[in-house]
Amino acid sequence: MFAYYLDLALRSLRRSPVLTGMMVLAIGLGIGASMTMLTVLHVMTRDPLPELSAQLYYPHLDPLPANYPARSEWGDPSDNFTWPDAMALLEAHRADQQAAMAGGRVLAWPVQAGRMPFRIGGRYATAGFFDLFGLRFEQGRGWTAADDEARARLVVLSHALAMQLFGRTDVVGRTVRLGDARFQVGGVTADWAPQPQFYADASGRGNYGESDRFFLPLATALDLDLSVSGNQASWKEGGKTSGNYTWLQVWVRLKNAAQARAYRQFLIDYSASQQKLGRFERPPANAALYPMMDWLAHQKLVPNDLRLQLWLALGFLVVCLVNIVALLLAKFLRRSGEVSVRRALGARRRDIFLQFGVESALVGSLGGLLGVAIAQAGLWSVRQRPDSYAHVARMDLSMLALTVLLAIAGSLLAGMLPAWRASRVAPALQLKAQ
Amino acid sequence: MDILPILSTLRRHKITALLLVLEIALTCAIVCNAVFLINQRLERMKMASGVAEHELVQIQAFGIGDTADAKAHAQEDLTALRQIPGVKSVALVNQVPFTNSSWNTSVKLDPKQNQATLNATQYFGENLLQTFGTRLVAGRDFAPDEYLDMRLVARDEKLAKKVVSVIITRDLGQKLWPGQSALGKTLYLGGDPMRVVGVVAGLIRPSLFGGDATAQWSMVFPLRMDSDNASRYVIRTAPQDRERVLAAAAATLRKNDPHRIILEKKTLDDIRADFFQDDRAMAGLLAGVCIALLVVTALGIVGLGSFWVAQRRRTIGVRRALGATRGSILRYFQTENFLLATIGIALGMVLAYGINLFLMLHYELPRLPAYYFPIGAIALWLIGQVAVLGPAMRAAAVPPVVATRSV
Repeated sequence: MFAYYLDLALRSLRRSPVLTGMMVLAIGLGIGASMTMLTVLHVMTRDPLPELSAQLYYPHLDPLPANYPARSEWGDPSDNFTWPDAMALLEAHRADQQAAMAGGRVLAWPVQAGRMPFRIGGRYATAGFFDLFGLRFEQGRGWTAADDEARARLVVLSHALAMQLFGRTDVVGRTVRLGDARFQVGGVTADWAPQPQFYADASGRGNYGESDRFFLPLATALDLDLSVSGNQASWKEGGKTSGNYTWLQVWVRLKNAAQARAYRQFLIDYSASQQKLGRFERPPANAALYPMMDWLAHQKLVPNDLRLQLWLALGFLVVCLVNIVALLLAKFLRRSGEVSVRRALGARRRDIFLQFGVESALVGSLGGLLGVAIAQAGLWSVRQRPDSYAHVARMDLSMLALTVLLAIAGSLLAGMLPAWRASRVAPALQLKAQ
Repeated sequence: MDILPILSTLRRHKITALLLVLEIALTCAIVCNAVFLINQRLERMKMASGVAEHELVQIQAFGIGDTADAKAHAQEDLTALRQIPGVKSVALVNQVPFTNSSWNTSVKLDPKQNQATLNATQYFGENLLQTFGTRLVAGRDFAPDEYLDMRLVARDEKLAKKVVSVIITRDLGQKLWPGQSALGKTLYLGGDPMRVVGVVAGLIRPSLFGGDATAQWSMVFPLRMDSDNASRYVIRTAPQDRERVLAAAAATLRKNDPHRIILEKKTLDDIRADFFQDDRAMAGLLAGVCIALLVVTALGIVGLGSFWVAQRRRTIGVRRALGATRGSILRYFQTENFLLATIGIALGMVLAYGINLFLMLHYELPRLPAYYFPIGAIALWLIGQVAVLGPAMRAAAVPPVVATRSV
């Protein structure tokens, strides 16, 4: 029966090719536009590190003075850590894996003489960084807490930077010049580029499309006064190691909810102790522990423009669907005569409903196919855009499936009312009327 | 034209007519708001900078290695750049409009204030105002002997206290001292007093993270930069000489110091275009969606119109046989469309207002000005009439003889 209905639908659609084309185009445009926007949003809100994200947490302390202005467009300085607080959290060892870090940019000098140096971004971190985020080493290893202590001139290169500087990756023990200082290469990591760069300062807006090219001990960077990127804020005199200058990020890995509860309590206790010492002025209950995905939501990485575009695309889809309902309704009712005959010949309402349902679904599937093509074109044009997130906008398999599903579901839903109306046509009345 | 017969016909196609009305309403509402958003973006792109945009070029150059003689180095660079034919003025500055990288500080009106009054940007660089072409509206520019070396000031607090004058924009003056002249007033950075010696018409901040309302909150200080603490060379020249001067300047800088990285060399017009590219992209996208929406709606009207005409072929034939002219058949369908469009537009206005309220709530957009409503209405009336014209003409072409034929 289904094959028969499909044949009927094909015949019906072929009878009015222009109108069929218009309906397919309308669904295709609506689906294409909304899927383009949904895909971009999906890419921007996805989990950057699925294997570890459930265990990663970002602690939050509030060392700001009581009268500090509320969060402004310039960002909340308490999103970052002061040096003393970050070090205190690490020294308490309440988490198995933990690290403090900051982003930075330096000049890297190729080993061949005469080649110009170039600026690269990387991470200054404490020794636990590599274990914490599960980085894989191709050569050598990271550094130890003792190296942190000694402010060792050690660097870990990403695969890409090692290739760029040396043309090879077996470079452990060799020397590389970054800025004005020389570092010994301790290891080379496989390329690692979580998107968004969740562990970085929020002012980077996710740093889509960027990755760290080198890693070196945080204390060493502090020692050499290497330039720090990202939001830095101070509310009293004092440099990077003072208790009123926030510029660091701290991440911890906790295995289960009990550990997370204990850690949250630890943060509150720590804040209370600092309040007693007169350092913190705000209530200890301001301390918090964010699971990774919550932290990303808290940082509002998705620009307002993008949400607006999504609303626009959905509005567009609704208009396209209303359009389809109206056209299908008119088309089906125009065939009332045909329906009457079929009904008079013994077709049940169900059969009529099914027949027109199949025709709607066919239009929907064709529209969905067109929608996929339009969405690909849309994503291509998004990738040409200047926004930093733009060039990661690609459709994965799940989004592709969703697109086709949305198209068919949309047009089935749209075809429901016209098909139902058609199935209500009385058997012989129409014949008489004409 | 009698509309009663039209209404009674429409009553027989209630659902279809309702759907068409709904489609027109949604389109009208979305188009009104989208056009409003497009205009907002276009307005933003026109933001005044207060500098001679078409005459400026910027080269960003990083010196590497020894920085001990950075001051001499910078002076050599500036002298060499001034000798390039066509160069009117040159300055080495800490920041440039539309580059998204800025130095900012809190400003107080009273040193004992707990919270700062506002946050403004700081421009440094000898000869900055003359080079930028920023217009002074009150007071004076800095005297040549007023400039201190940034490099020394940054290290020596006693010397830092000697920076006592500032030039601010008219907007910043009005914000700090509403209704009064800012000239001669004192503002405080940290605890240090600065006297306003000059007021300029406008000078935009390099980045607008603080919101567009704060765009003109800029201060200029008499500080001389060197090649260690500043990297932006700004050159003023005639508009037609910009490309040539830019190339010559890059060559000059590289000749002065081969160990130098030239990061960026661009005209300020290009820098400005880059700065607003998000707005341009958004406006383009909105315009695209608007057009697509109107096209889809027009297709819907054409499609429904065709169906209705085909369905009523016999009735039309009867009317023609009874003496109706082609014109009256044509007008019948046009009036029908006009009626549907009007109901849709009325509904669309309410919806447009609702969408605007939603956007105001969630995206800090201003209220939709009333004149957008008639724009949306006229657009949809026009589209409706154009779209229905084809089917209506086909209806008018139905010969009276159809009435005599059986099915």
